[in-house]
This record gives sequence, C-alpha cells and structure tokens, in this order.
Amino acid sequence: MGFSYFPHTDEDIREMLKKIGAGSLDDLYSDVPEEFIFKGEFDLPEPMSEMEVRRKFSGMAGRNRSLTVFCGCGAYDHYSPAVIQYLISRSEFQTAYTPYQAEVSQGTLRYIFEYQSMITMLTGLDCSNASMYDGATAAAEAMMMALACTKKKSRVLLSSTLLPQVLEVVGTYARYHGIDIGHVQMSDGVTSLEDLQRQLAADDVAGVLVPSLNRYGIIENLEGFADAVHAHKGLLMTYSDPSALAVIRTPGEWGADIACGDCQSLGMPLSAGGPYAGYLACRQDYVRKMPGRIVGETVDRDGRRSYVLTLQAREQHIRREKATSNICSNQSLMALYATIYLSLLGRDGLRQVNALSYGGAHYLYDRLLSTGLFSPVFDKPFLKEFVLDTVIPAERLQQHLCDNGFFAALATDDGHVSFCVTEKRTREEIDSLVDCISNMA
Amino acid sequence: MKNYDKLIFELSVEGRTGFSLPDNRWEHRLPEIPEVLCRRSESGLPQVSEPDVVRHYTNLSSMNFGVDTGFYPLGSCTMKYNPKINEETASLPGFTSVHPLQPEETMQGTLQVCHELEKALCAVTGMAAFTLCPFAGAHGELTGLMIMRQYHMSRNDMKRTKVIVPDSAHGTNPASAAVCGLRVVQVRSTPDGTIDVEDLKPLLDDTVAGIMMTNPNTLGLFETEISRIADLVHGCGGLLYYDGANMNPLLGKVRPGDMGFDIMHLNLHKTFSTPHGGGGPGSGPVGVSAALWDYLPYPKVTADGDGKYHLMSGSHTAGRVSGFMGNFSVMVKALTYIMMLGNKNIRMAGPLAALNANYVKESLKDCYRLPIDRVCKHEFVFDGLADTSSGITALEIAKRLLDYGFHAPTIYFPLLFHQAIMIEPTETESKDTLDAFIEAMRNIAREAVSEPDILHDAPHGTPVRRSDETLAATRPVLRYRQVE
Repeated sequence: MGFSYFPHTDEDIREMLKKIGAGSLDDLYSDVPEEFIFKGEFDLPEPMSEMEVRRKFSGMAGRNRSLTVFCGCGAYDHYSPAVIQYLISRSEFQTAYTPYQAEVSQGTLRYIFEYQSMITMLTGLDCSNASMYDGATAAAEAMMMALACTKKKSRVLLSSTLLPQVLEVVGTYARYHGIDIGHVQMSDGVTSLEDLQRQLAADDVAGVLVPSLNRYGIIENLEGFADAVHAHKGLLMTYSDPSALAVIRTPGEWGADIACGDCQSLGMPLSAGGPYAGYLACRQDYVRKMPGRIVGETVDRDGRRSYVLTLQAREQHIRREKATSNICSNQSLMALYATIYLSLLGRDGLRQVNALSYGGAHYLYDRLLSTGLFSPVFDKPFLKEFVLDTVIPAERLQQHLCDNGFFAALATDDGHVSFCVTEKRTREEIDSLVDCISNMA
Repeated sequence: MKNYDKLIFELSVEGRTGFSLPDNRWEHRLPEIPEVLCRRSESGLPQVSEPDVVRHYTNLSSMNFGVDTGFYPLGSCTMKYNPKINEETASLPGFTSVHPLQPEETMQGTLQVCHELEKALCAVTGMAAFTLCPFAGAHGELTGLMIMRQYHMSRNDMKRTKVIVPDSAHGTNPASAAVCGLRVVQVRSTPDGTIDVEDLKPLLDDTVAGIMMTNPNTLGLFETEISRIADLVHGCGGLLYYDGANMNPLLGKVRPGDMGFDIMHLNLHKTFSTPHGGGGPGSGPVGVSAALWDYLPYPKVTADGDGKYHLMSGSHTAGRVSGFMGNFSVMVKALTYIMMLGNKNIRMAGPLAALNANYVKESLKDCYRLPIDRVCKHEFVFDGLADTSSGITALEIAKRLLDYGFHAPTIYFPLLFHQAIMIEPTETESKDTLDAFIEAMRNIAREAVSEPDILHDAPHGTPVRRSDETLAATRPVLRYRQVE
C-alpha cells in the first residue's frame, strides 16, 4: 500500500474482508457485470510525490503572464486584506458540509447570517439568501424568481447595458426555462426609460433587470424606473456591484424589488473567473420565492440564541420539481470571504476603496484624453470603469500593452475600449500605462 | 472562548477600523458624483478592529465540525479527507492573479490546468469531453440537461420534453429538470432498491428526452440491469444522464462511459477531494460522449498541436452557463489530487471506499435494520434500529452521535424508508476510526433500550442544543437588527 491518503494496512484489509465475508476487494464488485469492470490502463501519469506535484503546478502557474490589471468588465482587482485568506483557510470552515446539523455548524450558520445582514445593509433590501454561484447565475435566478412572484406573465426585460456575460447566462436559462426575453435599448450609454415604458405597455412583463453600474462603468440614473415597472405590475431588479453600493444609490433607494450581483468586487482574487459568489436580495414580500439556502435566528432547548437553515419548504430536497430553484449548495466559503472583508473594511473602509478607485479612474481618464489618441464616448458619471474610443486599432493596443505588462484597453463588442482602476493602482502605474500608450503613436 | 455568542455587529464601536488603505491623494473626489446617484443612508456595516475580526471568526470556527475535526459519515456527500497540498497549489499567485478576460496567450498555465483536468476526467469516466464551467453538482445537472435538450432541439425533435427520474433520486434531479423546462416522470424502485425495468418500459415513447440515474444508486447498490436500461432508453431515442454524486466507489474500477451513459456530471468536491467549504464553492464538470461534444457550453478549452491552449465554442453550443469559466481554483485542487494519486492509487480509491462501507454495514446489521442485505458500494442505508420497541428515531440516533464526537449520517433520505440512516465512510478513514464509530453506534442501540431519555434530549455537549426550527420558519429573523 503506502499511499498517504489511504490509512489501510494489508492486515486491516484482510480483517475487514473477513468480517464482510469477501475473499478480495474485487469480490465487492461481484454484482457489476464483468464487461463494465475497467481492465485497461488509465491515461494518467504514475503517482507523483508532493514535491513533484508542487514543482509541476509552479511550472504551470509560471506559464501565466503577470500583468498589471486595468480592466474590470465583471471582475475587479480590489485589494484583499491578509486576514481573510488566513481565516477562511481554517479547516473547521473549509472542510465542513452544508450546515444541516445546526448543533455542530453554528460557525457556518452564524457567518451566513452575518453575510445576509451585510447584503441587506448594502442593498437596502429586507432579505438576502446565503449566496449564489456567481453574479450571472444570480441574475438568472432573479429572473426566474420574478416570474414566480408575478402570476401569468412570461416575459422578462433585460437592459442592453448589462454586462455581456450576464446577458448571455440569463439568455441561456431563459431559453430552456421557456421565458420570453426582451432587451431594453441603450440611449447615450444608459438604459432608455422611454424604450422601457414602450415595452411595458403590453402588460406581459414579469420583471425588468437593469444595472446600477453598467457595462460601461456608468452609474445609471434609475429615477422613474420603479414607478414605471410597478405601474404594470412587474418587479424591478437591479444588477449592482456590492462594493460600489457603499457610495452609490442602493437598489432599495431606487425602489427595486430584487437585487443581484457578484461579490467578487469585495476583495476576491480574480482567479481566472472563480470561485466568486453571487448575491440575491429582495423585499420581504418575496422571500418565500427566494431560491437557495437561507439562515434564520431561533433559540435552542436551553433558550440560547442559535441559527438554523430555514424556510426550507422552498427548496429542492423537499419540493423536488416544484422547488423555487434546483440550487442546492451556495458558495459558502466565498460568502465568508465577503463577510470578513466587509467586517474589516466596515462603513468607512468601503467608502475609502471607492474614493481611491474613483480618483484613480478619473485621473487615468483625463490623462488618456490628453494624449489625443482617445475620445470620449459617453458624457455620463462613472465610478471606477469607463470606455473610450481610440484611433489605435484596439487589438494592436491591447497586444502592445500586454507585451509591456499591462492588461488594459479591453475591446468591447460594440467597438470601444474599456479601462478600470481600483484602489490597488498607483499614480506611477497609471503614468507608466499612459506613457506606454503614448510611445506607440 | 467558552459559550461564545456574538455577532460581528455586536462588537462594533464607533471609531474603530479594521482596514489599512493608502491616503487619498487624488484630485477627483466622490462628491463630484451627482447627488441623485449617491447613497443616502448609512450602510450600518460594523466598525471593528483587526484583532476583533480575527478572534470573532476563530471563535465561530470552533463551533463547527469539519472533516479535519472528525469522522463525517454523511451519506451521498463523500466527505473524504481534503489534502492540504491542494490548497497550496490553488493559491499560487500565478493562478490567483489572472483576470478571466485576459488574452489566451497570457493565461496558458490556467488553460493547461483546465485541459489536463479535462483529459484526466475523461480517462477515469470514459467520456469523450468535459466542460468545467458548472459551479456545483446541481449546476452540472442543469447544464447536462441543457445539453440533452439542445441535442434534441437541434435535430428538430421538439416533442422530447419528458425526463425519467427514479423515485429514490436526490431532489436536485427533478428540480434541475424543471428549471430546464422538462417534464418529470418518476420510475419506481423494486423492493431491492434498483430501477424497476417493468415500470420503466411503458414510460418509454418518442417524447422521452432522457433518464437521470445514479449508479450505484442512492442506496449504494449497483444497478445490475444497467445494460438493459441503456438499450431500452436508447432504443426509444432518449439519452442517459449519469448523476456523478455516487461516483466515488467506481473511481478506478468502473467507467460511466462504458455503461452507456451519454452525459454525466462529477462533483469535484466529493470524488476529487476538494473541500466542501460549508456548502461551496464546489465544481460540477459535465462530460459527454463524442457525439455530443458540439453541444457543450462555452467557453471551452481546447489544445492545438503545438501545445497552445485556446478558448472556443461549439457550433451547437447549449450557451453560456457561468459568468466566466467556472470555479477555477477548485479545478486546480482536483487536478492536484489526481496527480498525487496517479494511475496506480486511483485504482484503490473506489475499492477501499466500498471496503469501508461494507465493513461498517456488516458490523452493525445485527442492531440496525438493514432493509436490503446485499454487497453495497460506497454507502448503505439502515432503516432505524433493529429493535423498534423503544420508538427511537433516526433523528435521535443522529443527534446522539454528535455527543460521541462523530458527525451525523444523512437521515430521512432516501425517502424509501421512514427511518433512513445513510452512511458513507469514504476510503480515507482507518479501520480504527470505523471501529470507534461502530462502537458508538452499538452503544446508542443499547441506550435506546436502557436510557432512552438520553437520546430524546441529545445532543448534550454541543455548542448549542436542538433548535426550534418551527419558530425560525414561522417568525423568520433573517438579518441582524440593532436593539433600540
């Protein structure tokens, strides 16, 4: 034997087989038809020692180029305080299952309760679930939730200013779920209220999803949206960057019924796209249509405060095909990540993150325009991300920047280039990015 | 700290900070944003120092039970040991700092991990290709069903909207089908727990999209009629979906692709040792036969002849199911595990899991009721105590186990038995641990007769005791509110 993850000695195996009344390990598969027992060689390498594995993975990680990130588009290079990785690595958190046994899962249940509370604080809505897979799938769940909350309607409207990947994932879910999707036009970089009103007139719309901070980085003015949607008995849903909600008007303040988005912006590593965590929040009236886990406060037999998974009658393990969603697990450990991040940053820190990102992004914006190689696209307020037009072919620009250690000027599918600045970017980095671009001309 | 009972909000004191950020020296300031777009209310986020945060979450962690704490025989969940080297490879800065939209040529290492993992999963399952995008098992099911529907729809076979699910299946199976717009029809189990082929036959017609199965099934029993079932379902034009929740005992021994399955998902957080994280992040890759390659969601990693990796999309793709390319760091952990095991040790994983399950079953079947007495695979189900005179329930047994320092098994699932106790020991548990567990289970069986009150009131030594779930559901308190 002698493999470090398997504790069995030959003697153990002999004794255990004897207890079972089997002659060999193969006998445990005697009920499997012979033709299905795999007898070939797996196309896998021989076992590696831990040292060799470490070397192999260091080599692969080394094949990635280390770039200074000046792009967002749904994944933001915010700073992650050292405490977070340290705490979420505690194996009591990491190696636990979904907290079904409340008596030995109070750690998980409490941080989810804290997470839910913090999401309601950020969004200004009443309830949050325990987290979703990512922002895009949270938006898809929000869409299905809107349908469940509004009887006899089968259409959902999506703003064209949502991130492309959010539109695509929601579109995929809608196609199979049998939801009719309409797109609300963009007007000068923001969602057109006029087009929305026109499309609402048919009274068949269950919900409308609009971004607070859109694909161009613009802070949308959603004045009048909630009234328009509610007048036609639909739900207003917003897709909102939770980090930005420390400073921009909240979904609750806009009159939204449901809010969703991606917690990645709360300091989570970029990690090529995951794991992140989606969030989903709603007004009290809709909580029983919410998908996924929800933690509630109660008391134990001795009257002590305790936490449990609750409102489970919504969920797949009880309702099966009639459940509000098929979702089973959440992104629990990433919800813990967000919770610790928000605990550390707190009220003032999250404002400071936004202030630094805002200052840096506007500095870069001004400097890029002053090169004469870029022109503005929209004249709208933005927070940390913006698009410009450029006389330099976008592909050449991005390639040149990559060659010089920058990931910036991502070409959008509508012909602009996108930039983003977080609190991690220094004036020196921004200056050298601009110099690098100027040197091209 | 004994009896720790704080929420982070209750530690908050005006004026404390837990962050350290640079001073703001930028010319542009937030007040430039038009007021109508600005947040009006205070967020109410806590104000706590860094040591407060560290101590609070360390205290919370001590109220949890994980695989590293002790034996976790949770049926259907495969709570195997999570190797620590996995965490280290996944945290390499070369991986964690990659932006998902970076150009392919700047993330070749990331794409290589994806490609090598896909190849390894194909090797152990006998499938032709995998998508790594799905975030979890249920998400994998949904993605697999989307592929199934896309296949039928692209052949203009629009009436195939019926999916057959065994009555013993996990709740996510019918729920995923419903989200995917499919109609669910149940097929019965025989008294020995496997699919009733005679009940299946009349369900098979030209509206069948496919059947969802686990094998071994929810009772840990191998579906010996799988060849006939595959022939029947394929014969009517349907596809076979394999739910990989129970893949662990087959690891290194039997491949779903060889049994006739067209689509399957794996749970990397079960079979491939990545931690469950208290309910995620997981990863639920979906594998398909060669004929279905073109239907996989995008982005899909491919390799060209020169050792370069690319992202692409098939021409009949089911679409995008994740914002980017899935839970990448979970993939690093799974590939690390596979590299550690290698061709040789992976052959032992399944058989040792089956050995442990059968050993516990045989050691306890005289005092717990074993409804189906057959060789099992990774898990098995008891239906309460053999001696039912005490009226002790599965719940009470499970709660009492917590007092003995073990996590509880899965209870009241599958729904086929009233007092289901589903036990899955996994291959990483030693005989000593199993013997201690067996001893505890035998003690509990004795206590049921001699001092049943100790079971009625269990658990006794846990951070909290049994909670009032009815109160939680009827008067929901779902967030912290400051006491005025």
